Amino acid sequence: MQMEKHLKVSAIKNGTVLDHIPAEQLFKVIDILGLSCISNQITFGTNLDSKLLGKKAIIKISDRYFESDEINRIALIAPQAKINIIQNFKVVEKRVLSIPSSIKGIAKCMNPVCVTNHQPIETLFTTITDENELKLLCHYCEKITDKENLKIISNN
Amino acid sequence: MSRNLISIQDFSKEEILEVLKMAAGFEKNPSQPIFRDKVVASIFFEPSTRTRLSFETAANRLGARVIGFSDAGNTSVTKGETIKDTIKMVSNYADLIVMRHPLEGSARYASEISPVPVINAGDGSNQHPSQTLLDLYSIQKTQGRLDNLFINMVGDLKYGRTVHSLLQAMSHFNPTFLFTAPEELKLPNEYKEYLRKRNIRFEETRNLSDGICQSDILYMTRVQRERFTDAIEYERVKNVYSLNNSMLDGAKPNMKILHPLPRVNEIALDVDNSDHAYYFDQAKNGVYTRMAIITKLFS
Repeated sequence: MQMEKHLKVSAIKNGTVLDHIPAEQLFKVIDILGLSCISNQITFGTNLDSKLLGKKAIIKISDRYFESDEINRIALIAPQAKINIIQNFKVVEKRVLSIPSSIKGIAKCMNPVCVTNHQPIETLFTTITDENELKLLCHYCEKITDKENLKIISNN
Repeated sequence: MSRNLISIQDFSKEEILEVLKMAAGFEKNPSQPIFRDKVVASIFFEPSTRTRLSFETAANRLGARVIGFSDAGNTSVTKGETIKDTIKMVSNYADLIVMRHPLEGSARYASEISPVPVINAGDGSNQHPSQTLLDLYSIQKTQGRLDNLFINMVGDLKYGRTVHSLLQAMSHFNPTFLFTAPEELKLPNEYKEYLRKRNIRFEETRNLSDGICQSDILYMTRVQRERFTDAIEYERVKNVYSLNNSMLDGAKPNMKILHPLPRVNEIALDVDNSDHAYYFDQAKNGVYTRMAIITKLFS
């Protein structure tokens, strides 16, 4: 018997597909990329079965392409995400994320007495990979924010 | 060359040695009014005795005039003025800003806004680099060198900003460290990792009498009551980490006791008359070191 194969999230003609996003990070990815503020057509699915992640999410954005600097920002929360560039329903380019050396204005410093949590200042971190775990060193208070304490600043 | 002094890590080994050399020159001749045309702003959003007074003395001895405040309660900060606006305004009036603020990272932020040099006089429990430089000056002056010394740091090694900065600065000079602290106030792992990466030897102990005989420098810090969740544990620990004169019997003749001050229980008054006591001279060295820092940033 032939298995029926169909897409859970319909294909787009042109644009960008972000695949292999951990399901629980979907809305943070939407937030970081500011997707709720753009007028392009966006479809997404979440809690889809994934061998790699258990449950994954996928986002398809029509007629929108991202610069590397822009898309690499999601490496913080979805390091295994795959980026497919679609033209005329075909994947014309596959990209993997690389962790940027610095992160500006996306994450919140976990130190409650850091100046960035009290004054109108954009946060700035240097990324450190320590024992395969990504950590953020605050440019201002010099304290480390680890993945467990990572909070994303909303773009809305 | 650094334009500001925000974190001790902003200064290279050479820059640190240059400041110490200049400080020695100012100690020989403390009145050198070379900056008569300069105005130094001393803005303290948090209480301070030694740091503020020694910075202001240093600026006065260099001939500069000093403006500022020692209590943010009398300023527009109470009306909700941001750090940015305060710094923008103060930098219109002064040629250099000395700032203490309770928020960590505030000095780095101020230095990015200010067109004139900024000196961090303490930002919360983060950094206090001028204290570190005066500690280094005191160590060099009493030991005749900075290299290959045995340094015993005692007390609150978890939260003490002077401990962390001194440890980083001394790492240029191949020290051996002994960290003497109760379990609750042990040196955080990130600093131990920092030392391991640089192949710097260190040991840890909970017993104050363990390392006194080997030490060249006994760096005492205050064990603060508010750091303990258990009041009984504080009462037990505060006496364990109290140094008295009888404990100094086996100490090396060159051993000196340093303390960033203020002290409470951790050094008994009978130590004050010992040849090993150096903490008040250390505070005096703060003026020469701060004259050197101001001069370096003006040059």
